[in-house]
Amino acid sequence: MALLTADEAQTLLKKVLSFSTADECEVTLAGGDSGNLRYARNSVSTSGSSHSMQLVVSSVFGRKQGTTTINEYDDASLQKVVQRAEELARLAPDNPEYMPFLPPQTYGPAARTFIPATEAISSKLRADLTAQSLQIAKDSGLTAAGYIENGASFSARMNSHGLWTWHTETGVDFSVTLRTNDGSGSGYSSKGYNDISLLDVPGATKTAAWKASHSGAARAIEPGKYTVILEPAAGIVLLENLYGSLDARSGDEGRNFLSLPGGKTRLGEKLVDEQVTIYSDPWNEELPSRNYSGEGLPQEKISWIEKGVIKNLIYSRYWAQKKGVKPVPYPDGYIMTGGNASLDDLIKSTEKGILVTRLWYIREVDPQTLLYTGLTRDGTFYIENGAIKFPIKNFRFNESPIIMLNNLEALGKPERTVSGEGGGTALIPPMKIRDFTFSSLSDAV
Amino acid sequence: MADIALNAARSKGASYADVRIGRYRNQFIITREDKVLNTVDTESYGIGIRVIAGGSWGFASTDKLDTDGIAKAAELAVSIARENARLQSEPIQLAPQKGYGEVSWKTPIQKNGFEVPIREKTELLMTVNAAAMKNGANFIDSSLFLVNEQKYFASTDGSYIDQDIHRIWPVFTVTRIDSQTGKFERRDSLGAPVGMGYEYLTPDENKKIHGVTTLYRDRYDMLEDARLAASQAQEKHSAKSVEAGKYDLVLDPTNLWLTIHESAGHPSELDRVLGYEANFAGTSFLTLDKWQSGKFNYGSKLVNIVADKTQPGSLGAVGWDDEGVGAKEWNIIKDGVLVNYQAIRDQAGIIGLKESQGCCYSQSWRDVQFQRMANISLQPGKTPLVPADLIKNVEKGIYIIGDGSYSIDQQRYNFQFSGQLFYEIRNGQITGMLKDVAYQANTQEFWNSCSAICDDRDYRLGGTFFDGKGQPEQSNAVSHGAATTRFNGINVINTARKI
Repeated sequence: MALLTADEAQTLLKKVLSFSTADECEVTLAGGDSGNLRYARNSVSTSGSSHSMQLVVSSVFGRKQGTTTINEYDDASLQKVVQRAEELARLAPDNPEYMPFLPPQTYGPAARTFIPATEAISSKLRADLTAQSLQIAKDSGLTAAGYIENGASFSARMNSHGLWTWHTETGVDFSVTLRTNDGSGSGYSSKGYNDISLLDVPGATKTAAWKASHSGAARAIEPGKYTVILEPAAGIVLLENLYGSLDARSGDEGRNFLSLPGGKTRLGEKLVDEQVTIYSDPWNEELPSRNYSGEGLPQEKISWIEKGVIKNLIYSRYWAQKKGVKPVPYPDGYIMTGGNASLDDLIKSTEKGILVTRLWYIREVDPQTLLYTGLTRDGTFYIENGAIKFPIKNFRFNESPIIMLNNLEALGKPERTVSGEGGGTALIPPMKIRDFTFSSLSDAV
Repeated sequence: MADIALNAARSKGASYADVRIGRYRNQFIITREDKVLNTVDTESYGIGIRVIAGGSWGFASTDKLDTDGIAKAAELAVSIARENARLQSEPIQLAPQKGYGEVSWKTPIQKNGFEVPIREKTELLMTVNAAAMKNGANFIDSSLFLVNEQKYFASTDGSYIDQDIHRIWPVFTVTRIDSQTGKFERRDSLGAPVGMGYEYLTPDENKKIHGVTTLYRDRYDMLEDARLAASQAQEKHSAKSVEAGKYDLVLDPTNLWLTIHESAGHPSELDRVLGYEANFAGTSFLTLDKWQSGKFNYGSKLVNIVADKTQPGSLGAVGWDDEGVGAKEWNIIKDGVLVNYQAIRDQAGIIGLKESQGCCYSQSWRDVQFQRMANISLQPGKTPLVPADLIKNVEKGIYIIGDGSYSIDQQRYNFQFSGQLFYEIRNGQITGMLKDVAYQANTQEFWNSCSAICDDRDYRLGGTFFDGKGQPEQSNAVSHGAATTRFNGINVINTARKI
């Protein structure tokens, strides 16, 4: 089903705004089509397609706000959803932190986030790609479980101050786990792009097959501190908890890892190794993203950590006003710089260490130190004298990304990576880290 | 509408079809300190159609609910199934299920939370916040979540099932800061999300359990809990940092529910056992050979774990699941031995079960239904015991209340859990508060170390709205009951670090 056009969205949103009697009203409309195919035990398990669209209405009287959503678009339903938002707003107490909706903004050019070939992906193509993946599993004598999902979506926003935003995006994500039939080995690979032409399903499946085939009969080694090489799929799930926590308000309030005694924060402080630089850029060719934020603020290229120093923090519009600074919205994608070394180069430069290909079930243990726990999964290998020597049993770790990035030895070439936990996408290099803390062994394969 | 979908699917060659027409309503009230940040009402209405054609599953959903929109969605579902059939190694086989005809079920609520005036709900949260602030909190974030699933299921088996399901979750986090040290401590609410109406928020002194803090059964005194939380967050600042080592743990149900969820609920899901979740949530150590042996020693003889889709007040209670199977109760672990799994219709036959256990669920009309966790609960002990009885026999231990950090491997062997409140036990007495506590164990060793379980006077439900599984990932609301339970000789680590 074709997506709504910008003109169609504008017409609908203007109609919704015409029903408003509030002091301010903002309406957003988002929707799209998606399709997926999930397979396991070398067969399709679930597969489907969905078409949906949702309207969000936020009404404000003074400093009182109410929000409603609906996905029915006849005039009676539209009037009902606006009236309900106004009722909720009238009943709400004043919110002293309320910030009026934005007036029209100036944005940079739209990045190349929408690729027609990705929008055109059919159930036949999903089945064809799955067939290629299953054939590799069969040829390798392995059992496959995987998932391919594609989607095309739009989002539109209009408010009573004249703000209008429009964004379209496509995406295709693929992930696969191959396991030996005796359950002793497992390997994983995942890829995600805006553009289907970049997706190499056989290549990703072969990577997972190699890990599965070489991870059986894993040996147990003692938990403790080890030099590790984190593949990007492993590193992203720790890094996303660092860059997702760079919030000025909670730091200023004394309740995150950035907080210091006396209401000060670590903004401007060198907190991690000088090799660490993390930034966002909506126009990066490998990681294009929306040119405006969830509230409609312009997105810009911005540095978060530069040569180990905390350079910028997220400032909500309210907190920015209170602190007299410019608001800084959450970006849609993060980029960590690296070098030109390949994963193999990092392995070759390692005398003794552990290659971690995936981390799993990451949870915060202590927000004060950003301590996280989780486990290795789907292929963990011991490295000796610059080569992978043997597979090892999985570990639980308790580690802070701050401590980890202070123990950084080397970075490889960044690559577009999908988080197996949060689902976000970033450009992440493979990382070589000394003294990574593994606290216990796991029998899981 | 249901018949339009079923007939369209049949006419395109589906051998089986089911349809779910759903209106999903949520209400969130979000506050901090003396401010209501937002009041949100959401509503979503649509149809999901699932078919078997050519021996393979296909699914399509749409919010276009006219005759043409429904018929097209049914046609698309059949076409997807046919496209996938070439990849199918064996045709889908459904466990037999009789049609129920026209039936209905409602969560037995006393007071519909959606009908309580917004002002009353915001005033409750503002009163709760004020109580915490008055008692020394620096910050409090509190929210009230209400859920109402109105869903109509029909299938080619001849079922037409109308259900009206309600859930409620009041929740807060209190933060207390020591400006001199720059440290902060938090204490989360001890109330549970439940399958009840607004009556859950009417305090009842007869349903409170008094001890080092007040604990709640069936009714929640959010105001009292917030007041206590502010004091306890302050007390945490001066608590002793735990010395790592082996301890006997006395786990309150507010903590143990999450350990049950992760170490008993998930590994006994048949889709994990069979490998359907291998690419995401993982597989399971409770492999078929262990079940077939009939003597796999999951836990000590005290350990009886049941699955129950009927339990009043629980999040998972329904009349029928999302593929038209009647709700029921069954044993998972009996006297410490693995005796069954949680299954749905297309899995049951794979392991020779004659019927589904009714564990199929979808979070909305938009998503396909698949196997989700039933309420999984530890049965209370038969010997009369209260928490004080468990504590008085502990030489070196920790009494843990509330859920905290949680993590477990993809086959559910190795786990680590924390909590909200930790009290040191020395020679049968609680001697003071501890902090920086997390316990690590192997699931089988942990449940075999279970040495005492309080009786049903102490039995309470915990749970979550957000049990995540599947690709695309979906949330499932599920409860876990337990009474306070003791586990001997568990490894405790110290989680304090310096950055």
